Amino acid sequence: MADPMKIRANLVGDSTEVKVLMSHEMDTGLVKDKDGKIIPAWWIQTVKVTHNDKVVLTAQWGTAVSKNPFMSFKFKGGAKGDKVTITWVDNHNDSRTDTALIA
Amino acid sequence: MPSIHSLRLIVGVAAIAAATLAGSAFAQTTLENASAKYRQDLADGNPADLWVARGQEMWKEPRGPRKVSFESCDLGLGPGVVKGAYAQLPRWFADAGRVMDLETRLVWCMVNQQGYTHADATKQTFGNGSRHRSDLEALTAYVAKQSDGVKMNVSLADPHVREMYDVGKKAFFYRAGTHDFACATCHAADDLRIRLQYLPNLTEPAGAQKAYTTWPAYRVAQGETRTFQWRLHDCFRQQRFPDLIYGSDLSIALTTYLAASANGAVYAGPGIKL
Ligand code: HEC
Repeated sequence: MADPMKIRANLVGDSTEVKVLMSHEMDTGLVKDKDGKIIPAWWIQTVKVTHNDKVVLTAQWGTAVSKNPFMSFKFKGGAKGDKVTITWVDNHNDSRTDTALIA
Repeated sequence: MPSIHSLRLIVGVAAIAAATLAGSAFAQTTLENASAKYRQDLADGNPADLWVARGQEMWKEPRGPRKVSFESCDLGLGPGVVKGAYAQLPRWFADAGRVMDLETRLVWCMVNQQGYTHADATKQTFGNGSRHRSDLEALTAYVAKQSDGVKMNVSLADPHVREMYDVGKKAFFYRAGTHDFACATCHAADDLRIRLQYLPNLTEPAGAQKAYTTWPAYRVAQGETRTFQWRLHDCFRQQRFPDLIYGSDLSIALTTYLAASANGAVYAGPGIKL
């Protein structure tokens, strides 16, 4: 199973600033291993973020995103103690969901 | 291949950065600027934290044939004490009869307390992707992180440590191999570089401090968190020397020399390096 994400969510003025680190290989499918065999593409395809139960961000990613991706964004609103939940799903249909409280 | 890989990483992350900072003049940024920007963006999102988190879990769990956790592992400040431990290593360990750096000590605890064979404990000293992860890299990152903000304080009062320091210093200046290189060939003058990579002058306190206090580090080009043993191992390769054996006296001597040269500086790792 995938490792947990590291999520930080902070209230800054009237918005919530979210920073998340994900643990993922993000193989492009263009790299060969030491025996010369292509390492198959393996990447996070979708990311979804909810604030309490409302969706505030969805993203579709490709193989150009780096290994162990870092993403930061802001959304309007949020209050200390609210939940920010992030889910990613990769092309193996593996997924990971983690939650942080807004600080 | 490695250079293409690293370029993709920088471009990939720059694309994210561009998305978050609308209007940034992304097209003109040189590689150097992009790198600096990347480091800045990651200042509070260093992927090394993923290794720290994994190491923290491992620290507490019963491990090995004897089901013993690292909480009985003494890094020099008492069993299980991690706060400030990295900043005072290497040091002399009477129970082992050796001067040890953090990584060597972790292996010692795995063998002598948890019951692993030495071969099992050192099977994956350096990780390679999520399929071949290194427990030692994660544990080292976790313990080092607990010295973040602590002043480097490697004591040379013990004669064994002093000897290691002297041998390490000698090794640093010892020229040999196919190219007649020493560490000093690349690291004893200011403003040397190989292609675009600046080489720190490790014989000056400032250079040694800046370098030592930021390892372990997330290597962007590799997508891995690497330790000081890895750094030395890779410089042995660059120097065209034989493989440096993990935890060997020579590796500890060089670590002692460089760690003590960093004394007085505040430890600030794990860092992030291209
Ligand atoms: C052929 C040149 C060369 C030789 C010889 C060499 N290194 Fe290096 N060293 C490098 C390069 C290149 C880097 C990477 C610099 C960077 O990433 O900015 C480096 C990085 C380092 C760093 C990390 C610096 C930092 O700021 O993070 C240390 C410590 C180090 N070397 C120690 C040694 C030691 C000890 C030896 C001798 C065993 C040695 N090097 C021999 C080229 C060399």
